[in-house]
Amino acid sequence: MFTIQQLVQPDTLEEAYDVLTRDISNTILGGCAFLRLGSKKIGTAIDLSKLNLNGIKEQGDFIEIGAMTTFRDLEISPVLKESFNGVLPQSVSHIIGVQFRNIVTVGATVYSKFGFSDLLTALLALDTDVELYKAGRMPLAEFLEKSPQRDILTRVFIKKNSCKAVYKDLRNSQSDFPVLNVAVSQKDDRWRVVVGARPLRAQISQQASEELSQGGASPAGIASAARLAAEELSFGSNIRGSAEYRKAMCKVLVERAVTEVLQCK
Amino acid sequence: MQIEAIINNKKVAWEIENDELLADTLRAKGLLSIRQGCDTSCCGLCTVWIEGKPTLSCTTLSFRINGKNVTTIEGIQEEAAAFAQVLVAEGADQCGFCSPGFIMTVLAMKNELKNPAEEEIIHYLTGNLCRCTGYMGQLRAVKKYLGVE
Repeated sequence: MFTIQQLVQPDTLEEAYDVLTRDISNTILGGCAFLRLGSKKIGTAIDLSKLNLNGIKEQGDFIEIGAMTTFRDLEISPVLKESFNGVLPQSVSHIIGVQFRNIVTVGATVYSKFGFSDLLTALLALDTDVELYKAGRMPLAEFLEKSPQRDILTRVFIKKNSCKAVYKDLRNSQSDFPVLNVAVSQKDDRWRVVVGARPLRAQISQQASEELSQGGASPAGIASAARLAAEELSFGSNIRGSAEYRKAMCKVLVERAVTEVLQCK
Repeated sequence: MQIEAIINNKKVAWEIENDELLADTLRAKGLLSIRQGCDTSCCGLCTVWIEGKPTLSCTTLSFRINGKNVTTIEGIQEEAAAFAQVLVAEGADQCGFCSPGFIMTVLAMKNELKNPAEEEIIHYLTGNLCRCTGYMGQLRAVKKYLGVE
């Protein structure tokens, strides 16, 4: 069973960061959906509820998503339903149930870099930046490659553009964690192929993306890109599926996703 | 710590632990409709509304209801009874252990979705598990209750 010795609800990010870095056992609370599954001993829990970090806003050239925004907020957001063929609402809509999605937060999911994340895969297919209190703003792909630092993820920014995108996943049963997930996006001649839940975290297949961007999405090009994604990325085994199965299904999902992107308006 | 909240339209001030979960707090205060069936945040039996939104009380830290409205099935007995009658008439209620959480989600859906299609109903209720039935009786009851085909 997890324990929380002390609880603070800071009025500023500065205060939250100060408490976070005071002791290794101090922890930022997100939706806390996975907290009860472990036995973490938290010294001081830091709740960000007073910092107005929830909500989805269109700000200039970006869609801004606050760290405390829930998955259900993403799922029903009119802005996100209308943007990028609704790829973000689609990516979160099969996670457990509506009661669970009303709890889990965007910030905790992105910061934790969960391998099984559906949202990370979709976000990585778009032009997404993350904002951290101390480290500042950076592309999501760069953040995912960085070694873990104690920091506070405050916002996610998605560039508003004409990007078309499709999300596909494979689950053993409805509402289970994904065995594999794929997001593919296209903006003009630039394609991006992302594969997640391998079960390692989402990663861009550079070779598949380049194949489509250079050669176009002919039937042969799509088949080639799907094969390249499966060859380039690494896959592992766990209770939900073997590495071999994931590798075989990667080709299928990439092929389907690219084909569907071509049909997007 | 002390929290103040409105539980089923009544203002309360409760002393809670920092790491206390809402399902435990509510049960300790006599709201025994709250049940837990999975320990992994996926069965939906403990569903309550926080500010009208269906939420897993087994996974929500109690301090997070400070200053908020919480509704359990004890607070909406008339509506719950109306749906329960339809549920029973369709033969969908067996052991009844999952019923409070299921009914809370159905009533939340009624408030949130207008004339939902079957696919939308199933999607909304995916997070409520029932181990007695095959869900067909529940689906018939929900459609009848909502007056949709």
